[in-house]
Amino acid sequence: MTRFGAGARVRARVADPDGHTRLPRYACGHTGQVVEARGTWQLPDEAVHGVFRSEPVYAVRFDAAELWGSGSHSVILDLWESYLEEAP
Amino acid sequence: MSGEHDELPVAARVRRLEERMIAAGLATDEEFDDILERVFTSASPVNGARIVAHAWTDPGYRERLLADGNAAAAELGFGAGTQGYLLKAVENTPAVHNMIVCTLCSCYPTALLGPSPSWYKSFAYRSRAVREPRAVLAEFGLELPDSTEIRVWDANSESRYLVVPLRAEGTDGMDESELASSVTRNGLIGTAIR
Repeated sequence: MTRFGAGARVRARVADPDGHTRLPRYACGHTGQVVEARGTWQLPDEAVHGVFRSEPVYAVRFDAAELWGSGSHSVILDLWESYLEEAP
Repeated sequence: MSGEHDELPVAARVRRLEERMIAAGLATDEEFDDILERVFTSASPVNGARIVAHAWTDPGYRERLLADGNAAAAELGFGAGTQGYLLKAVENTPAVHNMIVCTLCSCYPTALLGPSPSWYKSFAYRSRAVREPRAVLAEFGLELPDSTEIRVWDANSESRYLVVPLRAEGTDGMDESELASSVTRNGLIGTAIR
């Protein structure tokens, strides 16, 4: 069961945790659009502590202007569901 | 890995890790050697170029490749090398140019692109590709029209990307192996036109 569908507006979590994460800091707090669901994968943030739990992963597209304040390109990242919230 | 690493501290660190894994009974020296040999004797951009050339000449294969990269790679005999991740082929068009980066480390589909070049692992490429791709591409000698949309795919998670470059004009008479030889590793990364 996936929480977000293609086209959904989502915001990447603001907080940058102390430990391992695959949420690059440059995407933190920024809003993008779900391109597609990418299946279910182990959450690396917990796996490094020996806790193996899988979650849906989404390809999320961010406009450069949103990430950097300028630029016309886009950047697509794969983000685990718990990295994301509905865009405000 | 490109270049010689025997003298680098990283080689010693890797060896210490290997020794810890062997001591813990998780792997043997023979298994490490076997994996490395398999990776480095078969991993090559020639493989990715073959996939691209086949997609250029077979519309049905092109569709299957764009829909399911792992299955399409397996169709050409590259299934074993592309396990454990989601292979996504991203196709260039006259309007869209794709390029790949791993901002967190240096991930890409090694079996299809060969060992990654040192620049792909550099902090400069990893940080600038997502921030100013047009300037990075220009430094590679690739000047794209302002009207071309650039998509940068960050392999930060479990997806690995293969760029399908645009087929050159005037190549209608070429066979698949000639077409494959027109595709370079940088073309498969998106830092060259093909």
